[in-house]
Parts: sequence; structure tokens; C-alpha cells
Amino acid sequence: MSAQFLQFLLAGLTIGAIYALVALGFSIIYNASHVINFAQGEFVMIGGMATVSLTAIGWPLPFAIAAAVLVAALVGLALEKFAVEPARGASVVTLIIITIGASILLRGVASIVWDKNIHALKAFSGEAPIQIGGATIVPQSLWVMGIALVVVLLLTWFFSRTLIGKALLATSHNRLAAQLVGINVRHVLLASFGLSAALGAVAGILIAPITFTSWDVGVMLGLKGFAAAILGGLGSGPGAIVGGLVLGLIEAMGAGYVSSAYKDVIAFVLILVVLVFLPSGLLGSRSTDRV
Amino acid sequence: MRFRSWLAAMLVFGLGAAQAQEPIKIGAFLAVTGPAAFLGDPEQKTLELYVEKLNKAGGVLGRKLQLVSYDSAGDAERARTFAKRLIEQDKVDVIVGGSTTGETMAVVPLVEQAGVPFISLAGAVVIVEPVKKWVFKTPHTDRMACERIFLDMRGRNIQRIALISGSGGFDRSMRGECLKVAPTYRIQVVADETYGGGDTDMTAQLTKIKNAAGVQAVLNAGFGQGPAIVTKNFKQLAIPVPLYQSHGVASKEYIRLSGDAAEGVRLPAAAVVLADKLPADDKQRPVATAYKKEYEARFKQDISTFGGHAYDGLMIAVEAMKRAKSTDKAKVRDAIEATKGFIGTGGVVNMTPNDHMGLDLTHFRMLEVRKGDWTLVQ
Repeated sequence: MSAQFLQFLLAGLTIGAIYALVALGFSIIYNASHVINFAQGEFVMIGGMATVSLTAIGWPLPFAIAAAVLVAALVGLALEKFAVEPARGASVVTLIIITIGASILLRGVASIVWDKNIHALKAFSGEAPIQIGGATIVPQSLWVMGIALVVVLLLTWFFSRTLIGKALLATSHNRLAAQLVGINVRHVLLASFGLSAALGAVAGILIAPITFTSWDVGVMLGLKGFAAAILGGLGSGPGAIVGGLVLGLIEAMGAGYVSSAYKDVIAFVLILVVLVFLPSGLLGSRSTDRV
Repeated sequence: MRFRSWLAAMLVFGLGAAQAQEPIKIGAFLAVTGPAAFLGDPEQKTLELYVEKLNKAGGVLGRKLQLVSYDSAGDAERARTFAKRLIEQDKVDVIVGGSTTGETMAVVPLVEQAGVPFISLAGAVVIVEPVKKWVFKTPHTDRMACERIFLDMRGRNIQRIALISGSGGFDRSMRGECLKVAPTYRIQVVADETYGGGDTDMTAQLTKIKNAAGVQAVLNAGFGQGPAIVTKNFKQLAIPVPLYQSHGVASKEYIRLSGDAAEGVRLPAAAVVLADKLPADDKQRPVATAYKKEYEARFKQDISTFGGHAYDGLMIAVEAMKRAKSTDKAKVRDAIEATKGFIGTGGVVNMTPNDHMGLDLTHFRMLEVRKGDWTLVQ
């Protein structure tokens, strides 16, 4: 029984770590601009697909990964520069619709640049399952959880110790005040897109050996990441991580103990329940309207 | 006046000549993009390749063939729209298409009403059962896949199995058929799990199966990435019983995606994937090897059974036109229904008014993955 529980726990944490990374990407852009970037899932796809194609032409894995993250970050920057920035006077809803358009465009381009097949990335360190107290786990799961942890620590350092990180935080708290103290809000927005794209790409690369990758993999992962961000509280860093892990665990436990057919239903119903009682998510800031 | 009648005569003559030259139109709607692209893509390529080949060899009934193909992206609603366009605007002579069961079933009422022969490339048994006057299909049905698998299980003395399937149309249909025919083969389904279309981890479901009492084999009904993830998770959990997959994964891509985890997995499939590994006296060997050679030379891509379904569909339609000596829709329909002894990539096709598929279990092969390749289970 406990071995079974452990198995569900490990499965939930692995996929939850990925949801958390995607959710973090949503939160960072939301903080900088109040835009929900629906192209976030496409960054996940670009990361995975670029790594697969670069390793296929003989690049060593670490270089391929670095290049893929860079490519995704550049796409993120380009998205901000050429699609979001020209429309900066527009309403948030318009900007959100622009990101939806961008996601469709990116999927289309990916299906032409690469192909429409499903691809597997070689696991970072073999596929021999590891036994942990009666449960089994593939080495790649450890990579996923480990790197997700490192990324979270790096982000914490970034937001509390670096100038640009602090500028990002300041902008999220009060855009006008940030502008008044001399923060270039446009650069902040640009940086947030680049950072989110890089985060998404890392998630896409980590998960590719376990779940494969393809031109349309971003749709589902993007949606789940968005759900995790909402669950944790949109705009909250710790919230995104908690939201991702909780969503992953609910899915795994739901499939294991209740019914695999209804596991998505269980997850989304629970999210709805949480949002009814905590409208700004588990760790979101309590917003109050001033009259 | 004389000039005018001369002109009229010229016109009539000209029109008549144009009519004789008018190409035979083969209509197709296929899931070339979208989640079922791995079905539609090879089907589209196969139709292009063989329409071209037939034209080079002088066409059919002295007329050229013309392929009118639309991409339905696997969407039933779009498939319906395109089928309507094929029938009303393009006025095609026959339709070969419908990569998935959903698309096919959405189109059935249209072709039945318009009276256009339609050869579907989708799997589920509902397409030809009950028999529909104008609808035919080339692939083996999901029920036959269940039967073939259960036959193999009985040979290995397996009686208690676990079922794991996706939530897609194909998966659900095959699951239902397997549950239906299991008692006939004295197979008991002791666990029945499902997973969602975009799911990325099935260890939870497989852990339940692993802990279910007395499971002697696991059967996975599905296609696309789901079965590959199931295969990998199955290996990860070291479940000590055989794993069976459906004919929905009978392409090299499945082996590539699953890697080592696919070793020992068994599945039923059409002979075409074996091609030159078929015994020398096998009836299907010439067709299968020729198709493999031509397709792979042209597209530099491994063949799958799915492209083979399109080959069979096109050839059955063309043969029927030749036998009917006409493209009259009713005559072609009758000729398709009278197809006898047609050796295709899927098997030997013998259609009857009660059987619009014409295949039986004898040519449905049981394969096993060994050293990253298909081998025939004797």
C-alpha cells in the first residue's frame, strides 16, 4: 500500500515540477505586464524540439540544451519586440489575444521547420529504473526534480539580488512608481518574455525524454501550467511552484485511487473549489478594490 | 447561318473530345495535420505516389486520374465540410479517405445520400457494421485486432488480462470490442484502466494494474504517443507479464519512441510492415515489398500500415472501375462490392454484399518486437 502511494507520489512530483516551471513562466510575464501569455506552451515545445533536432545532427547534449534554451529565449524576445511592444498602448485583452495568435503561428512554423512526428529525446543518464522503497522511478525524474529545484533557487537569487530582478519585482508591484524611480519598464517587459521563454524551454527539454515531444506538445502542457499558475495564485512565484506540484499530485493520486478516466475532472473540479474559497489562488496576493 | 452551324458543330465536337479527356476524379479527405497526422500523412503521400504512377502507365479506362485531396486535420466537422465539397463542387467519382473513424462516420450520411462510392481508411467496426450501401473500408477492424490478440493469448495460456486504453474514439471503440469478444475466447478482463489524450504519465494506472490479482498479460488499445508512454512506464515498473499493443501502433515510430522498452511487445498488424521479411511463398510478399520499395525510395521514410490502407483503397477503386468499364457511380459501387481475391497490403480482400471489408484473421499477422525490429510470431 505504501509502495503504491510512493509510486503515485513520485509520478505526481515529476509532472508537477514541470507544471511548476511552466506556471512560473506565466507568472513572470503576468507580473511584468498583466498579460497572460498563451504562447508559453510553445516555448516548452521549442525547447524540446530544438534539443531533439540538434542532438540528431550530432551536437553533444549539453550544447544542444544550451542552444535550445537560447533559441527559445530569442523567440520570446522577438515575440515581445515584434508582436507585443508595437501594441503596447492596447488593452490587456488585446495583448492576450496577440499571444494566442503567436502560439498558433509558432505551432505552424514548428510543424514546417521540423515535422509533425513525435520525437523522443535520449534520457540524460540512461533508462535503468531506480528502486525507492518498493516504487520505481526513471533517472530522468530525478533530473526533472533536481533541475526544477535549481531553477527555483536561481530565480530566488535573481529576484532578490540582481538589479534587473528587483526591477522586475518593482514593476509588478507598481508600474507607475517603478517608472518614476527610473526603471525602464519596456526593458523589464522584454526581459520577462526572454526569461519566461527560457524557463518554458527548460521544462520542455527536461520532460522530452519521459513524455516525448512534438510540434503540438505545448497545447496541453501550456494549459496545465496555466491551471497551476491560477491554482497557486497568478503572479506569485511560490504560488506557481505550489500550484504545479499540487496539480501534479492531484492528477497522480486521482488516477491511482479514484479513477483514471476522471483524473482531469478531479483536478479541475478541485481547482474550481479552491478558487471559490480563495479567489486569488492558494498563495496569491489578496487584492482589494479601493473605493 | 452556315458559319454558325459549323461553329455549333465544332463546339459540340470540341466538348465531346474534352469529355473523353476529362480525368477521373479521386476525392480524398485525410488527417494530414493534427493529432492523427501520423495516419493522414502517409496516406496522402501514398495516394499522390500511386495516382502519379497509374497516370504514367496510361491512366485508367484511357483517362488520367486526378487526386482532389483536402486536409481534415482529423476533425470530423471539417471532414464533413470537405466531403460535401468533394461531392457537390468537385464532383468526384469515388472517395478514398477518412483517416479516423470519427471523420468517416461524420461523412457516411453524405455519401449515402449522394450515392458516391466511399472507401474508408479507418479502423472501427461500426463503419461496415451494419453494412452501408456506399461505404467500404480497407483496414482490419478493432474487433479483429482483439480477436487476433486473444487468439495469441490463448496460445500462451493466458486467461486473465488487464486492459489499458486512451480516451480517443479509436481507443474507446477497441476497448468496447475487446470487452465484447473476450468471453468468446474465455479471457477474463480483471482490470480496466484509461488515460487521457494528452497524458504524459501512466505509472499510476499501471501501478493499479500491477497490484491487481492474477493479471497474466496487459493489453493497451490506442495509438500515437500514449502507447509509447505506456510501454516505457510498463518497463519502468518492471511488470512481469507480456504487453500487447494494438494495430494502431504498427509503425517504426512506435519502436523508435519506446526504445528498449518495446522489446518483446506483441501486436497484430498487416503484412506490409514485414515486407521482405515475409516468407518467400507468402501471397502478399510481392505487393508488400513493391509498396515498401516505391514508398521508401520516394519519401525516404519508413512505411506504415496506414499508407498501405490508402494503397489498398485506391487499387480496389481502380480495379472496380476497370471491371465496370465505366466510372458510373452505381456500377463502380457494385464492382467494389464484387471484389474477389484482391491481394493488398492488408490481406486478401473478398467482399460480399454483407461484408464491405472482405478481410479475415488469416492475413492479420502477430508481430513481436525483437532487437528494435518487427518479427513474425509463428
